[in-house]
Amino acid sequence: MIDRRHIGYETPPFTVEVEKGRLRLFAKAIGETDPKYFDEAAARAAGYASLPVPPTFLFCLEMEQPDPYAWFDDVGIELPKVLHGEQSFTYHRTPCAGEKLTFRAKVVDIYDKKGGLLEFVVQDNTITDERGAAVAEFRRSIVIRHG
Amino acid sequence: MSTPKYSELEVGAAIPSLTQRPITRQTLAVYCGASGDHNPVHVDIDFARAAGLPDVIAHGMLVMAYMGRTLTQWVSQERMRAFSTRFMAMTHIGDAITCTGAVLEKLERDGEKLVRVSISAADQRGEVKTAGEALIALDP
Repeated sequence: MIDRRHIGYETPPFTVEVEKGRLRLFAKAIGETDPKYFDEAAARAAGYASLPVPPTFLFCLEMEQPDPYAWFDDVGIELPKVLHGEQSFTYHRTPCAGEKLTFRAKVVDIYDKKGGLLEFVVQDNTITDERGAAVAEFRRSIVIRHG
Repeated sequence: MSTPKYSELEVGAAIPSLTQRPITRQTLAVYCGASGDHNPVHVDIDFARAAGLPDVIAHGMLVMAYMGRTLTQWVSQERMRAFSTRFMAMTHIGDAITCTGAVLEKLERDGEKLVRVSISAADQRGEVKTAGEALIALDP
């Protein structure tokens, strides 16, 4: 069982610069055909300062920290047992390549179902820009399968 | 891309669907590097088997990215206010994902006209892998 005292566990804030090359590779990885996601001229023509960060890439940026699974160890989550249960985003604006974004994460709930066979850990992330303004939030719920 | 207007959309209206090529090991290897999600269950069959799975499984977030593409081919991204999904079934090698959605509700909030749309992803047999919603701001 994951110790419920980890509700409230906060990951140290970390800041990452959005890189154009990574956005181009991500566009390729998801089969993106809209040029504004990989061609800077098309992005500018669409009104963006540079390549826009696609809707789910914020989740990927959060994994750019040196060990994105370090908090699993701290909270007592075994990676081989983990599945992604739910994911949600709220957006305040669309960030672009070249921006530095800061992520702050906190475990907001831990609970179990099926008599403890499935445990759930819910983590909230807030994302701010260099001025400290809110860019987005996301929530992930992970499932830990026991048996 | 011609953005639909709030007044033109009715509850029940479908959004344009999007079908992807079947997922290969190569798809997952490229997504692994591109996403920064290096969880070995997606690329290392030895790890996957040790975890009790018959083979590697696709990243749920790859499927959610396909859902995101479905939304951003319909409306420009800055109109998205929220986007959420539940991961309901594992996506396997060879699965060809089709994303579909429809308008669930029209609403006004904070002075904006919004549509709440369903968005889900299913494989070639129709098994739903992920199902969620998005909130989209539209012009009147």
